[in-house]
Amino acid sequence: MSAIVNGAGKVVDFVDQRITASNWLKRNIRKVFPDHWSFLLGEIALFSFIMILLSGVFLTLWFKPTMAHVVYEGAYVPMRDVGMSEAYASTLEISFEVRGGLLMRQVHHWGALIFLAAMSAHMLRVFFTGAFRKPREINWLIGVVLLVLGVAAGFTGYSLPDDLLSGTGLRIIEGGMLAIPIVGTYLSSFLFGGEYPGDDIIARLYPMHILLIPGLILALVTAHLMILWYQKHTHWGGPGKTNTNVAGAPFYPIYVAKAGGFQFIVMGVIVLLAATIQINPVWLWGPYDPSVVSAGTQPDWYVGFLDGALRVMPPWEFYIFDHPVTMSVLIPAILLPGIILTPLALYPWLEQKATGDTREHHLLDRPRNVPVRTGIGVAFIVFYILLWIAGGNDFFATILEIPVNWITWFIRIGIFVLPPLAFFATKRICLGLQRRDRDKVMHGRETGIVMVSPEGEFSELHAPLSQAQAYQLTWHERQLPSDPGPATDANGIPNPNYRSKRVQARLSRFYFGDVVQKPTREELESAHHDGHGAESAHRDELPSGQQ
Amino acid sequence: MSTHNVNPNGDEHAVVPHGEHAVVPADPIADPGLHHDEPRLTDVDKKAERRAERQVAGMFALASLLTVAFIVFYVIVGIHPDDPDDGVNIGDVQVSNLTLGLTLGLALFLVGAGAVQWARSLMSSPEVVHERHELRGDDETRAAALADFETGTEETGFGRRKLIRNSLLGALALLPLPAVILLRDLGPNTGPSPSERKEHTIWAEGVRVLTDVTFMPIRAADLEIGQLVNAMPATFEDLPEHGPERINERAKSPVMLVRMLPEDIHVAPGRENWGVDGILAYSKICTHVGCPISLYEQTTHHMLCPCHQSTFDLSDNGKVIFGPATRSLPQLPIAVDSEGYLIAQSDFTEPVGPSYWERTR
Repeated sequence: MSAIVNGAGKVVDFVDQRITASNWLKRNIRKVFPDHWSFLLGEIALFSFIMILLSGVFLTLWFKPTMAHVVYEGAYVPMRDVGMSEAYASTLEISFEVRGGLLMRQVHHWGALIFLAAMSAHMLRVFFTGAFRKPREINWLIGVVLLVLGVAAGFTGYSLPDDLLSGTGLRIIEGGMLAIPIVGTYLSSFLFGGEYPGDDIIARLYPMHILLIPGLILALVTAHLMILWYQKHTHWGGPGKTNTNVAGAPFYPIYVAKAGGFQFIVMGVIVLLAATIQINPVWLWGPYDPSVVSAGTQPDWYVGFLDGALRVMPPWEFYIFDHPVTMSVLIPAILLPGIILTPLALYPWLEQKATGDTREHHLLDRPRNVPVRTGIGVAFIVFYILLWIAGGNDFFATILEIPVNWITWFIRIGIFVLPPLAFFATKRICLGLQRRDRDKVMHGRETGIVMVSPEGEFSELHAPLSQAQAYQLTWHERQLPSDPGPATDANGIPNPNYRSKRVQARLSRFYFGDVVQKPTREELESAHHDGHGAESAHRDELPSGQQ
Repeated sequence: MSTHNVNPNGDEHAVVPHGEHAVVPADPIADPGLHHDEPRLTDVDKKAERRAERQVAGMFALASLLTVAFIVFYVIVGIHPDDPDDGVNIGDVQVSNLTLGLTLGLALFLVGAGAVQWARSLMSSPEVVHERHELRGDDETRAAALADFETGTEETGFGRRKLIRNSLLGALALLPLPAVILLRDLGPNTGPSPSERKEHTIWAEGVRVLTDVTFMPIRAADLEIGQLVNAMPATFEDLPEHGPERINERAKSPVMLVRMLPEDIHVAPGRENWGVDGILAYSKICTHVGCPISLYEQTTHHMLCPCHQSTFDLSDNGKVIFGPATRSLPQLPIAVDSEGYLIAQSDFTEPVGPSYWERTR
């Protein structure tokens, strides 16, 4: 042990004499990191990204990013004498002539699916617990950009092997670009170097996929982590855990060991998936041929909602001065991403405007305690899942044995009806859960023991909560809608800001008007004093195990 | 606006920061303070501690073994055939993939699981509480920073020397233009415009219709009623094997020949002689976003695009009957040449594929 310390000491001494490292280390080496399972989602995203980088570097050693035409003469017999691009031929080479090459291809693809899934789950966690609130809006924004970059990385990578599926994906991109008014054909021509598909696109996507996008992701991840480090992680409230402190384990050694270990666990799971579950067997699809498509093919999961939106749009097209504007493509392919991303990116500010709350928040919200935000989140999830189902409408039609048109119509109507329903249902459920919490604090836990009084009155015995348990249910802030104040002051002079204040008050009533408040101290005391004599009288008689 | 927090200890009248008029009632329960965890079994029981130590070391040791096994499998599970003419055996590749993946994956997993187990059961882990610092700089620092900035701005004279400022802004505003203009040659810089290229395929008057795959000319009698044949123009074979023309035409020119009972066909005015004995030719490229269409239902003459389920009625001039496509499938007028083979009467009379701005009704 001392040898390690001495060795490390020499390094630190060297660095310290040059850049005063001890100063930074002293402040940071025991930095506190709170622990909760939901905090691991972001780590999964980070660690799968590292796995993608490692396997991706390996793949670049063999992959040839060119559409130059070759006649295949490699090891995979069914494709011999077939004309194809070098990109596809080198993908076959990696799969069949490089030991571990297929494994690394599958690691890379599985890693990408998990990377995007983990980012999405992490984002939902941050949303539902209010971790995006001040002072963390910048990191929320970085997260939104990272999600977009992740999808871009995934899609460009999906396109590189130049197999049948990747070419079909690009064709749909081309169709989307063509729908853009005025410049559509030019954009497509610039991207593909002329007509679709041309022989430039793979070479152009390659530097995006291996340099530009991962470079941006790496830079933004670094910024994301530095801000997280500086601001300290959020934590759940509870006994001793307040908005002005942070409780948890020290960075070194506990967090280093746990997060470092978790890195290896995530990498291990990805490799095990790649070892056991085949993904994207491009040798079965064949090289890209624009005149061939196979039925029932699906894009990677993170593009599914866009494909679904393309599928369910009604055929809507109108003309401006004899020029077609194809809304049935423009809306899902071009407008929908903006419609989703803009409010997503701006949400922290939108909520701030609505609630008027501009304070720092370091305690997380339990989703039930902000019913409206939770309802909005669930409504969005329902919206997304409906589009995702639409993206697999042929698949669902097959397993449900109903016409695909029915599913399309169900989604066309459901996309407008179900998210609002989900909002109201979620809000109701949250309010119900809040009411239960309040009852627990007021009257204690239901024991299931029913007492009969000498007068013949039945009552259920409630066991009181310990102070810690009761505090656990009441540490959250009381959320009151803001009050616009009087329209005129005492002298009858109109308040010039009254209008905007009234709008803001209305919005904050939308957020907080229905919230079931935790009891006040007076309410709690009076609940204990009257009306519940039975429960307090028998409190001491309960077996200790039930308390 | 106040930055006052609602007091978690429940002071009588904490103020809600946004509504100066609202009064927050007191919190019901006071904070009982940090709860200290019970000692772990490994903290109090020497035996449990040694067992945990053995578990962790065991996982690390097993990871080493698996790493060695990975190297062994890399060497002994060959995927390269002895005779290169034989080609690869997919089974060998799968065995290689499975053995390499399982050993490497488990080794990684065990290193991770060992480290986590070590941290959880053996590293002493007191719960530490740190105070958070206020993120906003204090007023003095902010004032000093602002003053420094103003001093600097004053020294440049940026505000006063409007001529310098405006000419600099103008120069900087123009500088991105070269970066944009340099991208111009991403697309072709000679020849027809992008939309003009879309207006034509290599179909032309007298071009024979060849079956796809085998590239044989087709006689009307070769097609049975209800049959569908994918076809290409004979001129496709003349395109150079290298270079983009071939694959570009492959993305534009494919057609589907279908034959149905002539009485089932609803012919639009002007298309009376576009077919041959109930044989019609339609573009295979979906007018929605350009997927090749492929699912044909003979009894209804419906053609479904597998990508987004646009459905076209081939007995009714390729009209859209369901899905997101907005325009009918373009029909290729066909005829028979002197030898009885199917030929095109002309190119398509409208652009094939998705809508775009420059095309007209």
